Formats: sequence, structure tokens, C-alpha cells
Amino acid sequence: MPHTKLRRLVTISVAVTLGATALAACGSSDDSDSEADSGPVSLTYWSWTPGMDKVADLWNKGQGKKDQITVTVKKQASGDTLVTKILTAHKAKKAPDLVQAEYQALPTLVSNDALADIAGEVDGVKDKFAEGVWQQTTLGSDAVYAIPQDSGPMMFYYREDLFKKYDLEVPQTWDEFAETARALKKKSPDTDLTTFSANDSGLFAGLAQQAGAKWWTTEGDQWKVGIDDAASQKVADFWGGLVKEGAVDNQPMYTPAWNKALNTGKQIAWVSAVWAPGTLTTAAPDTKGKWAMAPLPQWSGSENVTGSWGGSSTAVTTDSKNKSAAAKFATWLNTDPEALTALAKEGGIYPATTTAQTSGAFTEPPAFFSNQPDFYTKASEIAKTTAPSAWGPNVNVAYTTFNDAFGSAAKNKSDFGAALKTMQDDTVADLKKQGFEVAE
Amino acid sequence: MTSARRKSYGVKGAPYAFLLPAAVLFALFFALPIGYALWLSLHKVQVKGLGLGAGARKEVWAGLENYTDSLTDSELLHGALRVLGYGAIVIPVMLGLALLFALMLDTDRVRLAPFTRLAIFLPYAIPGVVAAMLWGFLYLPDVSPFYFILDKLGMPQPDLLDGGPLYLALSNIAVWGGTGFNMIVIYTSLRAIPTEVYEAAKLDGATPLQTALRIKIPMVAPSLVLTFFFSIIATLQVFSEPTTLKPLTNSVSTTWSPLMKVYQDAFRTGDIYSAAATAVIIALVTLLMSFGFLRAANSRNKQEEAR
Repeated sequence: MPHTKLRRLVTISVAVTLGATALAACGSSDDSDSEADSGPVSLTYWSWTPGMDKVADLWNKGQGKKDQITVTVKKQASGDTLVTKILTAHKAKKAPDLVQAEYQALPTLVSNDALADIAGEVDGVKDKFAEGVWQQTTLGSDAVYAIPQDSGPMMFYYREDLFKKYDLEVPQTWDEFAETARALKKKSPDTDLTTFSANDSGLFAGLAQQAGAKWWTTEGDQWKVGIDDAASQKVADFWGGLVKEGAVDNQPMYTPAWNKALNTGKQIAWVSAVWAPGTLTTAAPDTKGKWAMAPLPQWSGSENVTGSWGGSSTAVTTDSKNKSAAAKFATWLNTDPEALTALAKEGGIYPATTTAQTSGAFTEPPAFFSNQPDFYTKASEIAKTTAPSAWGPNVNVAYTTFNDAFGSAAKNKSDFGAALKTMQDDTVADLKKQGFEVAE
Repeated sequence: MTSARRKSYGVKGAPYAFLLPAAVLFALFFALPIGYALWLSLHKVQVKGLGLGAGARKEVWAGLENYTDSLTDSELLHGALRVLGYGAIVIPVMLGLALLFALMLDTDRVRLAPFTRLAIFLPYAIPGVVAAMLWGFLYLPDVSPFYFILDKLGMPQPDLLDGGPLYLALSNIAVWGGTGFNMIVIYTSLRAIPTEVYEAAKLDGATPLQTALRIKIPMVAPSLVLTFFFSIIATLQVFSEPTTLKPLTNSVSTTWSPLMKVYQDAFRTGDIYSAAATAVIIALVTLLMSFGFLRAANSRNKQEEAR
């Protein structure tokens, strides 16, 4: 009996000690770099780009060694989840010094006071980027909240061999695109030109952007939401019509079924962005060398614009104790030729700086597009035509509503215009609920 | 004298000393987070002007606003109804199968009992997300071997990821994963029934079927109540199956189940305050439903005892 009691006591005290240790671990992560901007500095960087640690090593061994700035990369999940994670860390005043953020997430992060204004640290950097790209990091103010890293100009991808087989022309306008879809249905009823997918809002946002939509704008101290403006309505009606008449498929992208459709030629085109070769390599491995890239179809023959889908920037957080050191690294990472070449090689990104888009790293086409030697020359020309984008503080709300409203509209082949209206209404309602002033 | 006094002091203090570690852990890792969630649910963020830059956002008292918003949100109600429909399929089928398998394993004539038991139990060992992915692949017409066979046989190929069949598809995942666990619980309590009872039944001329219906089922009733209780909670908290199937189809929305709505509010739209309120509501409903069921089951038992 006493023996059992003793054992139990030991067990309990072990449990308590473990609990206490866990608590101590929670509380004692105080920053070692409180000496601020003098002497050696170490920075943490949250990024999802593969191989970013290798690029940071280049810095740590070169420029960083001179400036006594060491950068440690912590690999993260991409997109929305990272935004939440940054905001949570920021709430505890423990956000890392540097974060990777998609352009459309910047207003949300800025509105939560998570990103520092680094305008004073980045003189002359602006000229290295296309106007439409840089403007996304300033949110229309004098501040600079991030430095552009990669961009995702949209393009039209198609199966060159199957277009020849079905005797189809590469569409120059969206009208021709619709005709192509119908012509293909007539020739081969089981084959679709492409699908309208409701699971990636970025695609629709990019298409609306190409049509001239401005989803979030400011008027004095008020936000104006234009998700159901004429340009977006045009895009929604166009795709809604194609889905309704059955000219294109209505199933989501990135599913095993979608991979198979691309791999077997059941879907023969994809409206995508510059990063598509990477996705196609894994989704449709058997079709290597059979695809070609062309500019996105236009709304009128005289136009030459594209939207952007994806792309991200490097930002310095307000929690960083070494903001100018962090800004220095962010500038190096996104403008230094050596860094950009490494980023392109290790991370497979398409850089936002205009000079890097035609640099040595981009003389060869992606391996999957070996049949199109001028892939990157063409891409950089298309990138120059990117329409400006307009993001607001609740893109995440608009995007989730898009998933649900357009998901069910695509499923039921019902009115896409109504889905767009839902998206507008929910976005406005959320802004008002948070206390933003909204212009009607 | 002194030693006696010290002894009595020690005895008095001992229970508290033993209670302390558990109480501390309970307070830190259970009561505190719940309290924080309650606190969050009574607050909201207020933005000034364009909401850009420092000091544009502050946390303010919201009273019951988040709760009223949550309760009047039709999406949450629809989610709750969807989950009820899902539970109405899962619980009877899963527990029915679990009871049937347990009774069958308990008969004398069964062969390969240990192997069968393990085979039925094994799906429970597979994580829910993995199971949902596995079944998701089997449901997708373009990649599923079932559809390939149906196609070759010229049979109709229903779309399992849409409308009514979607409920069956989701329920199937839960039934496949949960039957084994519930079967083990029931089977264990079947094995605990003393053999004299069976001997008496046999002497009275009861057939195996009669033994099962008249003796075994009433005697394992407490386990049935327990498994039912667990199943209600699991159903109300369904999350991973619909979340995993969501990317595969347009039919599962981001707010398909109430818990998915909490996740979406907290981690996609970044509104932890209303997410906390919805979470509290779900917890209360779960508590009410499960304890309501336990009470009903207990009072029935007492009535039967009184008879």
C-alpha cells in the first residue's frame, strides 16, 4: 500500500514538473536582439518559398556577413493560413522580423498594424518594378509596406497537339474563346476546353482585374467596394453562360479528377499564370512538351492587358526590433541579381523586378515547355501589360464567399451574376460590421 | 500530544495536496482557455476610418452581439440541419452494425473470431483525414475503380458528391471508421456477462436468437447508452470528413457543418470573436443534447428497475 501511494505521488510530481516546464517554455522566449540596430543582428523570416533557406545562406555568407545581419528562415504554409498565423503572433507581439505575404493580404495585415512602413529604407527601389506591381505595396499611400518578390501575370495555356488535331485556332479574344469551346464540344462532346473552378478565387479576381474591375478603392476616409461593377459582371456572365450551355466543365481544379483530365487530354486548355508549368509538371506529367503558352484572350481586339494571379512580397513587421536591417535584407532579396537568380533556381519563382525577368536565369524555357524556347521572353512581354489591382482589408471574406457562392452557382449552372451580388453584399456587410466606413 | 496534532493536521491537508496538481492543470489547460474564449466572445474589433496604420483597430466590448449574430445566421442553422441529417444516418447505422457484429462475434459457432474482430476494428485506427481522402478518391468518378467497373458493366454511375447521396457518402466514411470502436465497447461488455445467465437460459430452452434479444441486448444496455452518447458528440463535432471532401466538389461549402463555420470565421476571415461565440453555442448545444439523452436514458432505467 505505502509503495503504491509513493509511486502515485511520484507520478503526480512528474506530471506537475512537466506541466511547469511546458509553461516556462511558453513564457521564456524573450528576444535576444533587444540591443536594436547595433552590433550583430539576427532576423527570423517566415516564408513558404521552397529553397528560401539556401537563398538566405547566400546572404549570411556574403552581404549579411559584412553587415553582421544573420537571417534564419522558418518554413511556413502558404496563403491564408500564414496571414492568420502572423496576426496571432502579432497579437502576442512575437511576429518574426520578416514575413512573406501575398499582395491581396497586405491590406489585411496593414489594417491590423502588423506591417511596418519602410518607405525611409527603400530609396530608389521603386524604379526596379512595374508600376502596377509596386502600387500594391503602398496601398495608394506614401508608405511602403513590402517589397515585391514574385508576380503571376496571367496567360493562356493550351495543348498545341490537340488544338491541331481538333483544328482549333488559339483564341485572341474572349468571344473567340467561347467559339473555340463550342467548336470543340461539337467535334468531341466528351472533351472540354477548360473548366470554371470555384475553388481558387484568385483566378476570377485576376480575370476581373483584366476586364478593368477595381474591387476595393478609397474615397477619403471611406472604402468603396466594386465587386459587382460592370467589368466583373461581364466576366461573371461570360463564364456563367459557358457553364450553363455546357461549353466548359464546372468541376473544381486541383482534384485527382482534374489532374487526370489534363493528363489524358479530356481538358485541353487552362487559363492560368506564369507559374503554370510547375503545376502542370505534377498534374499532367505525360503531356510534357505538348503544351504551349499564349497571351490571355482580350475583351476587345485592340486591347492588350492581363490580370495577375498569385505573387507575393517580403514585408517587415512592426514587432521587429531591427526594422532597417530587415528592410536591407528584403531589398537585397528582391533586387540583387545573385539573390534573384538563386530564388528562380531554388524556389522556381517568377521575379517581380523587370530586369530579372530577362536575366540569365530565364534564357531557357521551363523543362515542361522545352518546345517553346521563347517562353520567358514572351512571359516578360505579357508581364508588362499587367493591369493594376485594387485590394482591400477583407479580401479573405470576399474570397470565401466566392468559393461558396460560385461553387453552388457552378454546380447548379445558375446565374453567376447573382453569385457576384452575394459576394459584394457579404463583403460590404463584413466591412460595416468591423466598423469601416463604406461608401455606397 | 504534539505528534498527534501534527498527524491530524497532515491528514486534513493531504486531500488538498493531492488535489492541487490536478486542479492546477485543470485550471491552466481547461478552465483558462474556456474563460478566454468566453471573454473573446463578448468582444469585437472596432475600426476607425480606412483602418490602415497604427491604432486603427481596437478591441471593444460587444455584449451579446456576437451571440445574436451567430444565432440569427441562417448559415449556422442550415449547417446544424445538415449535421442532424448526417447524424440521423450515421448513428443508427453505425450502432446497429456495431451491435450486430458484437452479437455475432459472441456466439459459440463463430470462426476466426480474433481475426474478424481485428478486421472490423482496424478502420478505427486510420486517422479521419486519411480515411476521408481515401474514400474521396473512391467517390470521384474519373479516378474511382468502382466507377470503372460500373462503366464496364454498363450500369448507372451516380454522382456521390452531390445532393442526397453526399450525405450517404459522408456517413459511409464515419460508419466505416466508427463501427469497429463501438463494436469493441459492446463486445467487451457482452464478455462480462456471467456464463450462469446463459446456462440458465439454455436450460429454459432459449434459442441463440432469443438469448441475444432477451438477455444480451438488455444486459449491454449501459454500453449502448455510452456508445450513443459518444456518437452524438462526435456527430455534432463533425469536421474533418467534410473539410477533406470540400476541395473535391462544389457541393460542400466552407460552412457545411457548424464547426467548419467556426474554423472559417477564426482562420479564414480572421474574426476570432464571432468564432468564439459560435464555438460556445456549439459546446452548449452539445452539452444539452448529450446530457439530456443521458438523463432520459437513466430515468428509463430507473422506471424499469421500479417495475
